[in-house]
Amino acid sequence: MNSEADKTQATNATLAMSNAEKHPAVESTSSLPTSPPATATAATESCAPAAISPPAPAQATTQTSVPTPAPEALANGNSNSNIQEVVATTSSGSAAATTAEGGATVNGAGGVVTSAAAATPPPSAKTVNVRDTTTSAGVSSSSASKSSGLLTVNSNHHHHHHHQQSSSSSTSSQQQATPSTVVMQSSSQHQRSNKNEDAPNILVYKKMETIIEKMQAESTGVAVRTVKAFMSKVPSVFTGADLVAWILKNFDVEDVTEALHFAHLLSSHGYIFPIDDHALTVRNDGTFYRFQTPYFWPSNCWEPENTDYALQKMFSRKWEFIFMQAESQSKVAKKRDKLERKVLDSQERAFWDVHRPMPGCVNTTEIDIKKAYRRGGSSHGTGSSGASVAKNPIEQLSRIIALRKQKLERRTIKVSKAAEALVAYYDQYNEFDYFITSPELPNPWQTDSTEMWDTEKNSKEVPVRRVKRWAFSLRELLNDAIGRDQFTKFLEKEYSGENLKFWESVQEMKALPQSEIKEAIHKIWQEFLAPDAPCPVNVDSKSVELAREAVNSPNGPNRWCFDVAASHVYHLMKSDSYSRYLRSDMYKDYLNCSRKKIKSIPNLFGVKR
Amino acid sequence: MSEGAVSASNVNANEKMANLLKEAENLKTKLEEERSKLNDVNLSNIAERLEQIAYVNIKPRKVLKGHQAKVLCTDWSPDKRHIISSSQDGRLIIWDAFTTNKEHAVTMPTTWIMACAYAPSGNFVACGGLDNKVTVYPITSDEEMAAKKRTVGTHTSYMSCCIYPNSDQQILTGSGDSTCALWDVESGQLLQSFHGHSGDVMAIDLAPNETGNTFVSGSCDRMAFIWDMRSGHVVQSFEGHQSDVNSVKFHPCGDAIATGSDDSSCRLYDMRADREVAVFAKESIIFGVNSVDFSVSGRLLFAGYNDYTVNLWDTLKSERVCLLYGHENKVSCVQVSPDGTALSTGSWDYTIRVWA
Repeated sequence: MNSEADKTQATNATLAMSNAEKHPAVESTSSLPTSPPATATAATESCAPAAISPPAPAQATTQTSVPTPAPEALANGNSNSNIQEVVATTSSGSAAATTAEGGATVNGAGGVVTSAAAATPPPSAKTVNVRDTTTSAGVSSSSASKSSGLLTVNSNHHHHHHHQQSSSSSTSSQQQATPSTVVMQSSSQHQRSNKNEDAPNILVYKKMETIIEKMQAESTGVAVRTVKAFMSKVPSVFTGADLVAWILKNFDVEDVTEALHFAHLLSSHGYIFPIDDHALTVRNDGTFYRFQTPYFWPSNCWEPENTDYALQKMFSRKWEFIFMQAESQSKVAKKRDKLERKVLDSQERAFWDVHRPMPGCVNTTEIDIKKAYRRGGSSHGTGSSGASVAKNPIEQLSRIIALRKQKLERRTIKVSKAAEALVAYYDQYNEFDYFITSPELPNPWQTDSTEMWDTEKNSKEVPVRRVKRWAFSLRELLNDAIGRDQFTKFLEKEYSGENLKFWESVQEMKALPQSEIKEAIHKIWQEFLAPDAPCPVNVDSKSVELAREAVNSPNGPNRWCFDVAASHVYHLMKSDSYSRYLRSDMYKDYLNCSRKKIKSIPNLFGVKR
Repeated sequence: MSEGAVSASNVNANEKMANLLKEAENLKTKLEEERSKLNDVNLSNIAERLEQIAYVNIKPRKVLKGHQAKVLCTDWSPDKRHIISSSQDGRLIIWDAFTTNKEHAVTMPTTWIMACAYAPSGNFVACGGLDNKVTVYPITSDEEMAAKKRTVGTHTSYMSCCIYPNSDQQILTGSGDSTCALWDVESGQLLQSFHGHSGDVMAIDLAPNETGNTFVSGSCDRMAFIWDMRSGHVVQSFEGHQSDVNSVKFHPCGDAIATGSDDSSCRLYDMRADREVAVFAKESIIFGVNSVDFSVSGRLLFAGYNDYTVNLWDTLKSERVCLLYGHENKVSCVQVSPDGTALSTGSWDYTIRVWA
């Protein structure tokens, strides 16, 4: 075979594929005879595992007979860009181009080499070309249909394959099944991709891929070169230092550390990898790295099975042999193949390093169980809620409408007012924020001294900082046991202690177990609200009426029945007694008393003054 | 005949759908119009008068090692130094974080314990996860803890989060069944259920106000809701996130909430202005946020990301203050200690770290 000619052919195939991509169903039916429904069903079943994987639009253009198993189909998540890349870069000579071109060359070089290419799936969807012949070798056929087929171990040549096609009726029936399989796959994939498009991990992958594409841009990307080493060449690599420099230049990262961390993440997710290390990380030095082919990107939702991995190991020796044979046969592209193979081998190895990371490395493909559960992708079952949403879009929409109406009716304040309030809150509290202002006593976590906690627990003295806080709000005052005690005393002096008592009783009642609620409610009613209450609170008649209704409600009183009355009392205290307390000598004395005791002013740091 | 009826009802349904969509869109436009009238200035403009936070003195202080799988949730004890943690290894560990000693380790009936919480008294812990249940354990000896556990409530999907609302006697839970629920601990009675989200509830937080009657929830429907515990109704809703809301937290003032989402942003919503007032995001941050918490003054927001880092945001100036490196896998939870002296972080790298 003439490799030049084949290359052209391959390019044509690529172009055809991009057409197929656009109209997968049409293309596939036109290029292959329609199958009887029964066969189609059978075939679909036989490739059930593949059904979850994206369809292979390219399949239609190839002469393959096998219902495509997962892997080459996988390219499809990105197949569009994938293919474009192949076409576009063939002339550009960038790293991706060499890789892609390599795929074509290997493909074209002859049957045997072709299958070698299948063993180390090349970056482009062209692998499909090779994917013939399942029926021949028993092992390989089962591997192709059963496993998700990363390594479809096909030892057959092209001509062999043609021969087989004509002779084996079972093959042809399988082949006939293909188009409808494609259709079914593509429709199921369509649904699936809709479902997964916004999956959190896919979101991140897409963002990373946008960045990787920028990195691979011809003139503005990271410089990729082929390095001459002693006696050999290292193709399509870039250094860690170059990568980090690029990230620093092109992203809003703060420093080298962040850039390096960013690079590490790209690597651990399998987008770039060190050429001779299983640990997917990046060092800011002359270490060589390579881009992963889009074919192996994690966004393709590879769920590699261990069988693939085993097969890869099992056949690797055999492939070595086959490849050697092929190599000797194809003298023309020999040198080139070697380099391409190097790239492809390393890319496949990196793929496994992502999915089966070496001990001590993070497996970045793991999904949060909550998310997996929700999307029904978990073996534990499907999330109930997700399903109910899908079932009831009308109800969902009605809910959204109701919420927006509610929002429209709401009276709101200006953003400036809200912003002022947030800033004012900070002004008030910044001296209590240990991350911004250091405390009077050393932070136990910073000094390993528990002095601060011990003083708090044992000391009778209340630090002035704490007393100051009482003036921030009634909530602050009541949250502090000593503050609450002081306020109680103050109210008693003012003969209005029952307000706080009532409010406290209501809060305590709300915290009781359900079994004690009824009795507690009765007690509160009798003590504070009933007409002959010994300790009557000053509540408006409307609140009392509401409370009475709630207390006597046929369903039995609930723990919130005094809420209206309690909040009325709270506001009364807040606007009246509390402000008087803050102006009282009682508070001032207490504040001065604790002020005298402080030894040092809290030293400020962190905030420039 | 029946086919015709079916198609007719389909047409009706489609029409109804279209009308609803239109109405929802109209309302959105109208709402944006109304809100923009009140959007007179940016929060960061108002905060211009504040000095920049030059640096924050925060370093890793403790590493708690002992879990054999991903740490999914942690909670500080009210005593300010103990931490409870739950992990995918099916164990609940109670740590003296100060000495890094493990005081208790209880094996759960299920792995994937997604949530755990200390009771206000510090005498009980509640936890649950893929078992769909919330279970309460008294803190005593290890054997007794396992023997005296009690299941309080059951959801129809995983339980993603739980808190005690100001009392040992009640537990508030959020679940993958898209509801929240308030349970009576003693009887296991469902006191109130909260329907409204159309996606899994991922996080809840109690309002720090005096009555404790409101809480906030964040969900995979990309919304955050403020609920009234008494009525079981949504009183306020916030949208804006582009993906799952994984975390919600009340600003210490109680009038604003922060959210963290898989869209790799954190947002600040003000309840008084009833709108988003700040977005915390950067081009170089592309991973999702799992957990957020405020410092005492509300100025700093700690956010734990899937990119193994914790980012500190200046909530008022909408700037990032710094990054905390140390974890070697996704940061699943962050929480400021009750007295605000330290930050705890739990991670898929099996460890919990304390920063101060």
